[in-house]
Amino acid sequence: MASHYEAPIRTPLITGDKTYHDISVDVAAPIEGKANKSWWIVFTISLVAFLWGLGCIIYTISTGIGVWGLNKTINWAWDITNFVWWVGIGHAGTLISAVLLLFRQKWRMGINRSAEAMTIFAVIQAGLFPIIHMGRPWLAYWVLPIPNQFGSLWVNFNSPLLWDVFAISTYLSVSLVFWWTGLLPDFAMIRDRAKTPFTKKIYGILSFGWSGRAKDWQRFEEVSLVLAGLATPLVLSVHTIVSFDFATSVVPGWHSTIYPPYFVAGAIFSGFAMVQTLLITMRKVSNLENYITILHIENMNLVILLTGGIVTVAYLTEYFIGWYSGIPYENYTYLSFGAATGPYWWAFWALIICNLIVPLTLWVRKWRRNIIWTFIVSIIINIGMWFERFDIIVIDLSKDRLPSSWSMFSPTFVDIGIFMGTIGFFFVLFLLYARTFPVIAQAEVKSILKSSGDNYKRLRAEKGDDTPHYTEVSAKASVKKETVKTEKLASEELSENDKKDNINNLLDSLGAFDPETQTADDLKKISGVGPVMEQKLHALGIYTFEQVSKMTDKEYDLLDTIINEFPGRAKRDDWAGQASKLKNS
Amino acid sequence: MYTLPGKLKLLAIVFMVIGAIGIASGFLNTPSNTEEVKELLASHSENGHGNATAVHEKIKESHNQVGIEESHENEHLEHALHAYQNRPWSAFYVAAFFFFMLSLGTLVFYAIQYAAQAGWSPVLFRVMEGISAYLPIGSIIIFAFLIASAMGLNHLFHWMDPDLVNPESEHFDEIIFGKRGWLNTPFFLIRIAIYLGVWNLFGYILRKNSIKGDSSDNLTWFKKNFKMSVGFLAFFIVTETIMAWDWFMSLDPHWYSTLYGWYVFATMIVSAITVIALVTITLKAQGFLEFVNDSHIHDLAKYMFGFSIFWTYLWFAQFMLIWYADIPEEATYFVTRIDDYKLLFFGMLVTNFVFPFLVLMNSDFKRVNWFVVLAGIVILIGHYIDVYLLVMPTTVGEHWHIGIPELGAVLFFLGLFIFVIFNALTKAPLLQKNNPFIRESKHYHY
Repeated sequence: MASHYEAPIRTPLITGDKTYHDISVDVAAPIEGKANKSWWIVFTISLVAFLWGLGCIIYTISTGIGVWGLNKTINWAWDITNFVWWVGIGHAGTLISAVLLLFRQKWRMGINRSAEAMTIFAVIQAGLFPIIHMGRPWLAYWVLPIPNQFGSLWVNFNSPLLWDVFAISTYLSVSLVFWWTGLLPDFAMIRDRAKTPFTKKIYGILSFGWSGRAKDWQRFEEVSLVLAGLATPLVLSVHTIVSFDFATSVVPGWHSTIYPPYFVAGAIFSGFAMVQTLLITMRKVSNLENYITILHIENMNLVILLTGGIVTVAYLTEYFIGWYSGIPYENYTYLSFGAATGPYWWAFWALIICNLIVPLTLWVRKWRRNIIWTFIVSIIINIGMWFERFDIIVIDLSKDRLPSSWSMFSPTFVDIGIFMGTIGFFFVLFLLYARTFPVIAQAEVKSILKSSGDNYKRLRAEKGDDTPHYTEVSAKASVKKETVKTEKLASEELSENDKKDNINNLLDSLGAFDPETQTADDLKKISGVGPVMEQKLHALGIYTFEQVSKMTDKEYDLLDTIINEFPGRAKRDDWAGQASKLKNS
Repeated sequence: MYTLPGKLKLLAIVFMVIGAIGIASGFLNTPSNTEEVKELLASHSENGHGNATAVHEKIKESHNQVGIEESHENEHLEHALHAYQNRPWSAFYVAAFFFFMLSLGTLVFYAIQYAAQAGWSPVLFRVMEGISAYLPIGSIIIFAFLIASAMGLNHLFHWMDPDLVNPESEHFDEIIFGKRGWLNTPFFLIRIAIYLGVWNLFGYILRKNSIKGDSSDNLTWFKKNFKMSVGFLAFFIVTETIMAWDWFMSLDPHWYSTLYGWYVFATMIVSAITVIALVTITLKAQGFLEFVNDSHIHDLAKYMFGFSIFWTYLWFAQFMLIWYADIPEEATYFVTRIDDYKLLFFGMLVTNFVFPFLVLMNSDFKRVNWFVVLAGIVILIGHYIDVYLLVMPTTVGEHWHIGIPELGAVLFFLGLFIFVIFNALTKAPLLQKNNPFIRESKHYHY
């Protein structure tokens, strides 16, 4: 779809000499494998937090909003802070999936799936707050356009809070459709690889019977583009309407015309921070470093710099115009001298330090390419953006026009519990997603493999831009199938005669695997063997720890001549030693 | 190499001469005392253009006492006199800024291409450099104009009157007094000199490196331009807002809006991209830029479409929030515009939003040059009106016209603009040579 020629100066987006098949295997690995211990630990913690939050929600609904720390002056606090925070986080996903698609940014392919998942999960959290803060959530349907016999139609259509209902539900549904459309070919890939009829059935349903015909692809691309066009205004509209919740009022600090674009920029800023937090963890846990490369992380940091810069200019504008307006009340708004030195000074400075000062470090190339620092900054921004909303809501309300009613807000355990609960719920959803969904949009990544994969870029650098990107398949490939009764996978590597001999030699010394009497071991337990390597070993006829444990220097060398991807790796990691331990355990 | 066609040059000169005559006649026909204003208002009401007198009548009705009426009559005439005297200056200012912002916006768009390492646009870089070449002369004209205002040759910037911040004076204005730390003439001129100077410096360096690149065998110039662009954009994003406050928001020193700076930016960028498209299509029609294909035009048109919507978004955000909250000191801005400029104020939504939205919606139309030109001309007219509405309602109020001073100023600056940019285009080959993305851009196909 994009231009077919890519300038050689561009950094590869897929590393590790991947082939199309490697991508399928790598993306399917977390789904086909089993969860490890740390997944279970994190999942349990999240689930507990979620259940605790659920308890707090039930307590709130059954008792009343009085269980929160609200008072007459500050009649909105954590509920709306959390709502805006979560909605904002969602924006990165839509920006990546829609806006970056329109801008033809190829690097979005590695991260869009998870970012969109994050969007949907974050919007679900956000949606909880307006409902529970209604006080009588069993009447929540009143916000919908309902027949007149239920009462008055659209109770207060003048209220931006009602516009939120439409904005958020549109947003959620378009995001969901967009996400699922992209998932169809990937679910189909999982379906086609499934070993049990049950998984096949489930992923068959999820993929809506994707057939992979040209017609499917043509419709797929068309729908993606149309949805990107629809979702782009949504990136702007949702947070614009959220900002209207405040800006249409006459509360000093809330009524500011810059709010709509400033909220949008802030939302994207916080959203990208959350994407960094999630993906830096995920690429490590699920071995996706070749798809979410340092370049992806750097690019996201650049988006953070840009949107953070826009937010900074908005802060300065707010501060300046607050003074320029000459209105005394403006001296108590969240960005003013009064706020910086008043009782909420800590919240003011948390905002300034987290959102304005710390992100400045990303101007240094070395730091924005440092994964640990990026991770820390992303957490700090998440905190800072929570404070931004807290400051806007609580500081601006705390000093209203009547000094006798000035007050402070202190959250109760229910406020805190519900917030923690949504974080738990969010991670529960995301962790489940990470084990059951293809977390990389593999079909899209494959579409850029030849233009942006490192092996192909190297090929062009060596042999010129017009070199063909395919290798001739030797006729001898079929011969070895009879000697090695395995999958077709290794055919490319095994096309030469001496390789075939080497395999036979190797199997002679290691012993052949007989599927009738033996069961295959999980070779991935050997450190240094990933899903791809396991497949390759299977292709050679190596299935058990018993076989691997027999390897000596001679066999290692033979192995290197057949699989020449990581020369010396097997020896370095002492596969034989590991395998003999595993064999006995 | 591009050579300036004789016809185009002649056209530009003719525009400048006619425009200069228009500007001069605008200044010469300004009433110099209240008697002349009285005649003028009378003749206008005879012509059926009773706008001014209608309001005049209204004031009369609301004050039935004869004595007050008399003094109001005089005050009103005094007011009208100021408006009439401001008019040729305002017309000049609007046109000067309009063409200035086209080149500044183009420079910004150009810098964005470097900073984003865009692969589609390098074939258009020389066109953008050509349009940016107007920036120095545009800046000098604006700066000279602001100095003239500071010297008291005109009264567009009301707050420059020292009486207003003098507590002894009967015209003492407490609100403006509170802003004197920001709104004072020396600081005003100094900061404007700084940001205009820095913008021009960046423009100069970007162009110089680009020319250097044609005869360079490494990428140092390109990397320098990348860094320069990032630096320029970082500086620009802050100073552009300040420019908008200084040049337009301060015309009405009591009024403020936090969005204002970005709103002016939206007008600037959409007009600039439109001009890039128009100049590109012109050059293609003259048989140059053979490496620019319809995908490039398509992308420019997409930007015209997208930024038109973006402009509308900001227009709506500012308007709706002020209208909804209805706080008197804020609402006054729109009250003037709706009372006295209804047609232009709402008409500009048609030219700047509805028309480009409908015309450029279809993907195929964005590849048809004359469609893009048609949409582009309407967009430019619409954004001229937008700039007009930034200035006129505060400087001439109800006594506005679009006549010889306005059209003269537009023609003059249009001629100058065409002359300068097409002349700049002849100075270097129309394609950068050693840009690492040039092949990607040439092969660009969507």
